Amino acid sequence: MTTITRLTDRLMIDKSKVTSFLSWMGQASKALLLPVIGITVFLVIWSIAANSINTSLGKFPGPVAVAGQFGALYQEHNAERVKAEAFYERQDKRNAARLEVDPSYVVKIRAYTGKETFVDQIFTSLVTVMSGFLLAAVIAIPMGIWMGLSPTLNAALNPIVQVFKPVSPLAWLPLVTMVVSALYVSPDPMVSKSFINSLLTVTLCSLWPMMINTSLGVANIDSDLVNVSRVLRLSPLTHVQKIVLPASIPLIFTGMRLSLGVAWMVLIAAEMLAQNPGLGKFVWDEFQNGSSESLARIMAAVVVIGLIGFLLDRGVLALQRWFSWDKTK
Amino acid sequence: MSTFLDISNIDMDFPTPNGPFKALKEVNLKINKGEFVSLIGHSGCGKSTVLNIVAGLYQATKGGVILNSTEVAEPGPERAVVFQNHSLLPWLTAYQNVELAVKQVFQKKMNKAEMKQWIEHNLKLVHMDHAMHKRPSEISGGMKQRVGIARALAMQPDVLLMDEPFGALDALTRAHMQDSLMEIQNELNNTVIMITHDVDEAVLLSDKIVMMTNGPAATVGEILEVNLPRPRARLALAEDKEYNRLRAEVLKFLYEKQRKVENINISKSSISDNETADVG
Repeated sequence: MTTITRLTDRLMIDKSKVTSFLSWMGQASKALLLPVIGITVFLVIWSIAANSINTSLGKFPGPVAVAGQFGALYQEHNAERVKAEAFYERQDKRNAARLEVDPSYVVKIRAYTGKETFVDQIFTSLVTVMSGFLLAAVIAIPMGIWMGLSPTLNAALNPIVQVFKPVSPLAWLPLVTMVVSALYVSPDPMVSKSFINSLLTVTLCSLWPMMINTSLGVANIDSDLVNVSRVLRLSPLTHVQKIVLPASIPLIFTGMRLSLGVAWMVLIAAEMLAQNPGLGKFVWDEFQNGSSESLARIMAAVVVIGLIGFLLDRGVLALQRWFSWDKTK
Repeated sequence: MSTFLDISNIDMDFPTPNGPFKALKEVNLKINKGEFVSLIGHSGCGKSTVLNIVAGLYQATKGGVILNSTEVAEPGPERAVVFQNHSLLPWLTAYQNVELAVKQVFQKKMNKAEMKQWIEHNLKLVHMDHAMHKRPSEISGGMKQRVGIARALAMQPDVLLMDEPFGALDALTRAHMQDSLMEIQNELNNTVIMITHDVDEAVLLSDKIVMMTNGPAATVGEILEVNLPRPRARLALAEDKEYNRLRAEVLKFLYEKQRKVENINISKSSISDNETADVG
C-alpha cells in the first residue's frame, strides 16, 4: 500500500479510485482466472489419459485431435455448401434452357440432397428439441396450473405422473415409432417420421418436471393472496391471470429449466435410434463409420452437445428474468 | 337505530386429528350502521375466526351472519378485509393494487376516467398519492398498510373488516396510522370491525369495545360503550378521566377476569393458523 500511496501522491490521483480499481481487478481476475486454471488442468489430464488409452480405432483422441476435428467439420460444411450452390446453379441453367425451347414447360425445382453436415445436424437437433419442448410446455403448464388449483385432480393424477416421470426415453421410443407409423400416413409428409418420433419422445420425457413444478407453485400461493381474490370475487380466469400466474412464475420457470435439460439429453438418445438427422445421428453414424477420426469427431460432438445444453439453460434463465416481476431473482 | 350487522349464535368447530376443536361458542353481536367496533382478547381466543366468518372466508358450524338483511354465505367486496400483513400483490404497484379492486367492483358503474379518479381519490385519502406507482417492495410497512386500507375503502364496503391492521407496525407508525384512520372515519363514517391487541388503540378508535373470553369455546365476555366525544385527540385524552376509566376497564377484563393461563402448546397446536400469528 505504501507504494500506491507514494505513487498516487506524486501523480495527484484520487487514492480511493485506485484502490477500488485494484479490487475490481482482483475480483475480475478471480472470476476469470480460476475457470481458466480449471479448464487447463482438465485439458492436461485429458491428454495424458487419452494418450494411454488404445482402442480398436486407434488412440483415444486428446484435446488437440478434437480441436482439429472442429476445423475439419466446419470445412466440410463449407465444401458441402459450395456443392449445393453449384447444384442449384446448374438446375437454374437447365430450366432456363428448357424454357427457351418450350415456353409451356412447367419448371420443377428439386432440393439438393447431399449429406447433412455437422452444422446442419446441430440446427436440426435444435429445431427438434425446441418443438418437443414447446409441445410439452403447452400441455404441461396449463395441466400443472389446473392440478395446483384442484387438490382433487392433483390426487387423481399424481400417481400417473410419478410412474411416468422416471421412464427412460429408450423405452418410449419403440412405442412412439409404431404409433407414429400407424397414424402418421401421408403421401407427401410435411416433416419426416423420424422428426416426429424424436419430437414426441422428447415431449413425453420433458412433460413431467414442468407439470410437477407448476402444480407445486400454484398450490403454494400465499393464502392471503388467495383470500384477496375471494373477497374481490375474481372470476376463475382473472384469478389465474392476476394472482396465480405471477405468483407461480419462479417455479414454472424452474420446471421449464429442468424440462429443457431433460429434453436435450433425451433428444440425443432419441435421434440415435430414430435416425433423425441431428446430433444423435451424427454420433451414431460416426460410431458405425469407425474411421481413425471417428472418436475425435464424436468427442467434438460431445463438447458441442454440452455447450448447447448450457446455453439453452441460460436462455431460459434470461427469459425468466425478462418475464418475472421480481428482478432480484 | 336498527341492527345493520347481526352476528347470531355462532359456533365454530375446527377439525383436528383428535376430534373437533370448538373455537367459538354462541357468539352474539349486533352492530349498527356507522359504528366502529373493536374486538379485543388474548391470543388464540378466536377474534380472527369471528372476523373471517363475517368476511365469509370461514363458514360457521352453527349460527349465521346477517348484513343489511341478507345472510352472508361467501366472501364479497361489500365486506372488504384489511389483512394484518397488508396482502398487496407484490407484482403490482400501489395504484394497480387498488385498480384491481376498483375494476372488479365498479366494472359497470364507472368509465375509465371515473375509475382513475376514484383510485387516486382513495390513495389520497390514505396519503399515498405521492408513491402510487411504487411496488410494495419499494415502500415501508406503514405505507403498505395504507395502500391495503385504500384498496378496502375503494370497494365502498358496507362494513370494513380489519384484522389487526397495525399489529406489524412500530409504535410511532401505528400512532400515525390510527390518526389517519380516525380522520378517514370522520369523513366516511364507515361501519368497521377491527381486531386489536392494543388497549389504547381500542379505546381511542372505537364506539364499542367487544371483549372476548379465552378459548376454547370463546365467546363475547363484555361489551364496553365508548362515549368519548369526537374528534378525539391522543394527547388531550391521556389526561381525560373517562378515557382512563375505560382503559382500566379493558385492562381489568384482560388481566383479572380473563387472565391468560399460559399454555402455549395447547393454543398453538389446536388453533387454526391465522390465530397462531396473534402475539399479545
